[in-house]
Amino acid sequence: MSLLRVENLEVSFVTRNGTHQAVKQVNFAVEEKQITAIIGESGSGKSVSCYALLGLIPSPPGRIDGGAAHFGERDLLKLTEDELREIRGSEIAMIFQDPMTCLNPYLTIGEQLIEPLRIHKGMSRAEAKIRAVELLDEVGIRSPEQTFSSFPHEFSGGMRQRVMIAMALINEPRLLIADEPTTALDVTIQAQILRLIADLQKHRDIGVLFISHDLAVVADIADHIVVMEKGEVVEAGQPNIIFNNPQHPYTRKLLAAIPSGEREQQSAAREALIKVRDLRTWFYPVGQDAPVKAVDDVSFDIERGEVLGLVGESGSGKSTLGRSIMRLAPITGGSITFDGTDLSGLQGSNLKQFRRRMQMIFQDPFASLNPRMTVYDTLAEPLLLHGVCTRGNLDSHIARLMDDVGLARSFIRKYPHEFSGGQRQRIAIGRALATQPEFIVADEPVSALDVTIQAQILDLLLALGKEHQLTMLFVSHDMAVIRHIADRVLVMYQGKLVESGLVKQVFDAPEQPYTQSLLASIPGAALTL
Amino acid sequence: MLRFILSRLLQAIPVIFIVITATFFLVRAAPGGPFDAEKVVLPEVKRALEAQYRLDLPLHEQYFAYLGDLAQGELGPSFKYPGRSVNEILFSGLPVTAELGLYALLIALLIGVTAGVFASLKPNTRQDYIPMSLAMIGICMPSFLLGPLLVLVFGIYLEWLPISGWGAIPGDKVLPSITLGAAYAAYVARLSRAGMLEILSQDYIRTARAKGLPEWLVVVKHALRGGLIPVVAFLGPAFAGLLAGSFVVETIFQIPGLGRFYVQAAFNRDYTMILGTTVFLSSLIVLFNLVSDVAAAWLNPRLRSQISGGGK
Repeated sequence: MSLLRVENLEVSFVTRNGTHQAVKQVNFAVEEKQITAIIGESGSGKSVSCYALLGLIPSPPGRIDGGAAHFGERDLLKLTEDELREIRGSEIAMIFQDPMTCLNPYLTIGEQLIEPLRIHKGMSRAEAKIRAVELLDEVGIRSPEQTFSSFPHEFSGGMRQRVMIAMALINEPRLLIADEPTTALDVTIQAQILRLIADLQKHRDIGVLFISHDLAVVADIADHIVVMEKGEVVEAGQPNIIFNNPQHPYTRKLLAAIPSGEREQQSAAREALIKVRDLRTWFYPVGQDAPVKAVDDVSFDIERGEVLGLVGESGSGKSTLGRSIMRLAPITGGSITFDGTDLSGLQGSNLKQFRRRMQMIFQDPFASLNPRMTVYDTLAEPLLLHGVCTRGNLDSHIARLMDDVGLARSFIRKYPHEFSGGQRQRIAIGRALATQPEFIVADEPVSALDVTIQAQILDLLLALGKEHQLTMLFVSHDMAVIRHIADRVLVMYQGKLVESGLVKQVFDAPEQPYTQSLLASIPGAALTL
Repeated sequence: MLRFILSRLLQAIPVIFIVITATFFLVRAAPGGPFDAEKVVLPEVKRALEAQYRLDLPLHEQYFAYLGDLAQGELGPSFKYPGRSVNEILFSGLPVTAELGLYALLIALLIGVTAGVFASLKPNTRQDYIPMSLAMIGICMPSFLLGPLLVLVFGIYLEWLPISGWGAIPGDKVLPSITLGAAYAAYVARLSRAGMLEILSQDYIRTARAKGLPEWLVVVKHALRGGLIPVVAFLGPAFAGLLAGSFVVETIFQIPGLGRFYVQAAFNRDYTMILGTTVFLSSLIVLFNLVSDVAAAWLNPRLRSQISGGGK
């Protein structure tokens, strides 16, 4: 018998604008001691289905319209709030996507850890503490005693996710629901957390329901995969069957979207458009004696027409490096030469002239567009500011930009909130292209996007790059994305360049141990082999 | 931490200095003088009075002489209460006003926090609309209207409570405290509601529910602390405002507090009294703002470690 069997689950959200059916006739099961993964894009209803089981969707507007969720003898959907509360945190536990916001910043880690024991088992504080410290040790926290009395802000995202896992497991649940538990983490940390979840699942014989938008992430660990689209289950089965013989077009689309393989690389040596020499960006935080060496004596060339990948974990200084080249972060040493001119000393109108030739695309298309400007205004601003066109032929320029980035011309009077994440990133790309730049810094442009949208945006960037003969510095933490888009790659670690070379060289024969560990953490080894 | 407090105190010095200077010249710029209201004053008597109170000196000399006194903690003699110094009058009125302010603040917190939290639990329902509408009325209703209304209902029709005085008859402190606290209760209610709504939508509240905590524990243990930080930050300015703003209530209920002296001093052009009270109250405002800022920062572990880290 299955540990959890969900039958014909229906959930809808009732708002003033009408009823939205978020989950339609969904069936899936989690077997004892196995990992079931639910895969889908944002809005596919995968999270809502799981939250609904535990009574965690806000109601109103959420409403469960029908179905059953058999957990042992009981039907979770028929329980009262108090009965459900008994199950939450004891028999069924959850971990969530963003460990930075899921722990209460006002309470110590210990206080939060022992809560499930105190509530469900009525354990004394001292007893609970012993148990909590043991578990912290088990999830790989180095000084568990000290951690117990620390506050969440003292820990990194990966450490906090370990704490979350300890908290979920503390009552030895039979089912663990993990909602995108690694999406907010760096790739190497992601690999560690995935391994931890898989190990704990084996040792403790629990069932896991793993929610993710990324097929690659679950490829290595899932026993059973359920693919959801627009509130419906479109395909389900064993991983090897799903990966090797996907039936539904949506599953095929998801698989095709996983960035893989390399492009034909341009290797002919050409002239360098940008020369970076001994570049140094140090920050001097108030009240600290030692400077933060975000970028520390870095030298490299960017050749005209190439896509240079820059990879590293958060905190490696890769974003700062991109911003320093754009003169958006201070340069505290060294030089940057753009087409023969040293940028590091440029000021005022001289700098503005170069700004026109180099543009930037940011990670978060939700934050980087002004919410009070229409697409038209957003695109018109750089065009007029840099004198690319006059008011007279502005409309035709904007129309051409819209065509370039694949947005319908009819959208120009809309505001950013009316667009999806992928569409917004297209607007941001359009804005960057408006000044007809030669060089673009793309700072994690696809990290905030769903995997299928990610593939579309990468293709768009490659096509535009070719069409406009762009030189691009592509910053990302995602090795698979870099491999897909870049000609050459730089690997950055703690402010220094540790390795560089053609993508093929670096990926096939990495020389540095750090690069090897990055490569080893790429999820979905089962997929590519 | 110490460095933080010291730097805030240093910042307060120019603020208070500007308050002193502005008040000093403004009261003298106002038409009339302290002895104009006396019925018949012989010119030589007036001259002698002015000489006694240094009013015969050029304006800038008066100013510097006053600053000199102030530096020694001396607020000067009152012009209207001969023989009594401003210091004396201030410290006789202060305990009464402080007590009134404290009760009003406690009432404001009790009613305000309860109503605000209650409203935030079911936003945009009747449980939210009713207390928040009352709060709006509370903010709009001036104390010179609320006070007499309360007196009328509870003092005269129902005869439950005394209608004036302070500490003479049991229960005579109730109506003034409620009158003074009502508007602040309304502000506190709105602040608590907004703070709680923000915290209740945080991811860690969902975590707490997923752990199976009963709803009351989610609210009290996980949400209240963060949700009430805005209220704590408001307490300092609120208490200072209660002290400075108590004169209407003190006048309605015949309470011998600071506020009444302040208002009378303004009517009488009692320069030293106006200045002394202003300086005193502005210092209190600065001090209470600092105290509540420190308290609010202390409640947030992240800020706490930053501040104490800076003091190392």
